[in-house]
Amino acid sequence: MTPPSPLTLPAALRDVEPVRGVRTPARLDYTFTAGRATSRFLRGIAGKKIYGERCGTCGKVILPPRGSCPNDGVPTSEQVELPDRGIVTTFCVVNVKFSGSAMELPYVCATVLPDGADMGLFGLVQEIPFDQIRMGMRVEAVWVDDDELTHDLASIKWWRPTGEPDAPYDSYREHV
Amino acid sequence: MRDVAVVAFAQSHHVRREQYRNEVELLMPVLHKVKSEVGLDQTQIDFTCSGSTDYLAGSAFSFVSTLDGVGARPPISESHVEMDGAWALYEAWVKIQTGMADTALVYGYGKSSPGALRDVLSRQLDPYYMAPLWPDSVGLAALQARACLDAGVTTVEEMAAIAARSRRAAAANEYAQLTSSADPEALLAGPEIAAPLRRHDCPPVTDGAAAVILAAGDRARELAARPAWIRGIDHRIEAHALGVRDLTTSVSTRLAGDRAGVGDRPVDLAELHAPFTHQEVVVREALGLGDGVTINPSGGPLAANPLIAAGLIRIGEAATRIARGDANRAVAHATSGPCLQQNLVCVLEGGER
Repeated sequence: MTPPSPLTLPAALRDVEPVRGVRTPARLDYTFTAGRATSRFLRGIAGKKIYGERCGTCGKVILPPRGSCPNDGVPTSEQVELPDRGIVTTFCVVNVKFSGSAMELPYVCATVLPDGADMGLFGLVQEIPFDQIRMGMRVEAVWVDDDELTHDLASIKWWRPTGEPDAPYDSYREHV
Repeated sequence: MRDVAVVAFAQSHHVRREQYRNEVELLMPVLHKVKSEVGLDQTQIDFTCSGSTDYLAGSAFSFVSTLDGVGARPPISESHVEMDGAWALYEAWVKIQTGMADTALVYGYGKSSPGALRDVLSRQLDPYYMAPLWPDSVGLAALQARACLDAGVTTVEEMAAIAARSRRAAAANEYAQLTSSADPEALLAGPEIAAPLRRHDCPPVTDGAAAVILAAGDRARELAARPAWIRGIDHRIEAHALGVRDLTTSVSTRLAGDRAGVGDRPVDLAELHAPFTHQEVVVREALGLGDGVTINPSGGPLAANPLIAAGLIRIGEAATRIARGDANRAVAHATSGPCLQQNLVCVLEGGER
């Protein structure tokens, strides 16, 4: 295949700097609808309560609820109040700084399974050296001050160890 | 080719703003309804394909979150298009043609209300020359309408008659959003909102969802008393740059219609996804549909236009009328992109081959 013949430019455009990029800023604003189930959950959070929702088909407690059981594709049928304590099912030590994060490195993100829930909540684990955090560790929520509570999971500042004995792996293996 | 039919169809009650339910809460009842029509549960469906777009939802991977309404345990064979559900149906039809599936669940949903739709749709335009100018979707349709009027393709009187006919037809459609219209003369007394388009020429902004079940051969005959057989289906796209297209005609619709066999035998009715009144004239002409063809008995997209679902709904509405025996041969059309850029045509028949 022969290459296409080069375009002939007018003299004024010869030897000028090529355009290497253009900036075309775009911004779209949305009013997001959380939905009925998520609204129930977030209202609870603003009152320091954690509500899961049980699936009438498989019996599992979905957390955070979004309106359906993701396994069975049916609406959840029963709201279940859960304690603000549970176990770390898995965690990771974050050693790199992400934009927008004010966290001091290293820090630990974890999935916390409240007692009685079948899905975990994502959160931070603090008040313990990062290298002592482990799967099965019992933790409890540390909420923001009452006047800072809002319809947002950031109302849980972090989770901290309760000092109770670790949960045996078999007790949470299906949630890992 | 394998014979494939639409055996079930369901849709939501379309509204301007679905402000309490999230997408999975909106979609899930539609999925339950379409499956219950044919008595299938998810484990009996070989392939699932959906259409949605994160630009409407304003959240990433919204299609993954709506899988929560499907029931993906045990894990399912699934795919997704960032397009109208009519194209998801095309993918499912191809999957069935390969022999890898005998049944398919197809759905599409769109909540247009969370964002400023006219701005959101500008993001599908060419990113260097057009998108930075934020041309809004109604304005682009108005450019096309002006070209059509100047070319003598249609008149404002014909456009107003299409608007009135569509919304009055929707009075018999319990799922439609707009179900009445003033007389065409009164409509023409209203102001132009993006000249030459008046409000009645434009589709409503709609939140909604729809779902279809496809089945092949004897499986379709088991599931439905009168399957709506897909006798032809094709889709075509035109250039991205509006300037290279003749906006007064739709070459892509004509080619897709030819390939789908629209003109091979008489057509009883057509469900056309022409969101703006003048576009109905363009699509009708491209498909060669004469005066004897009933157009959009459901009311069409001028009565409810849930983006991403509205094209799939055309196929579902056409199939429903075949299933009921109201029609024996119907054409369904779906469009995507600005000014009818991309078009899909599907021919459905009630009789056995």
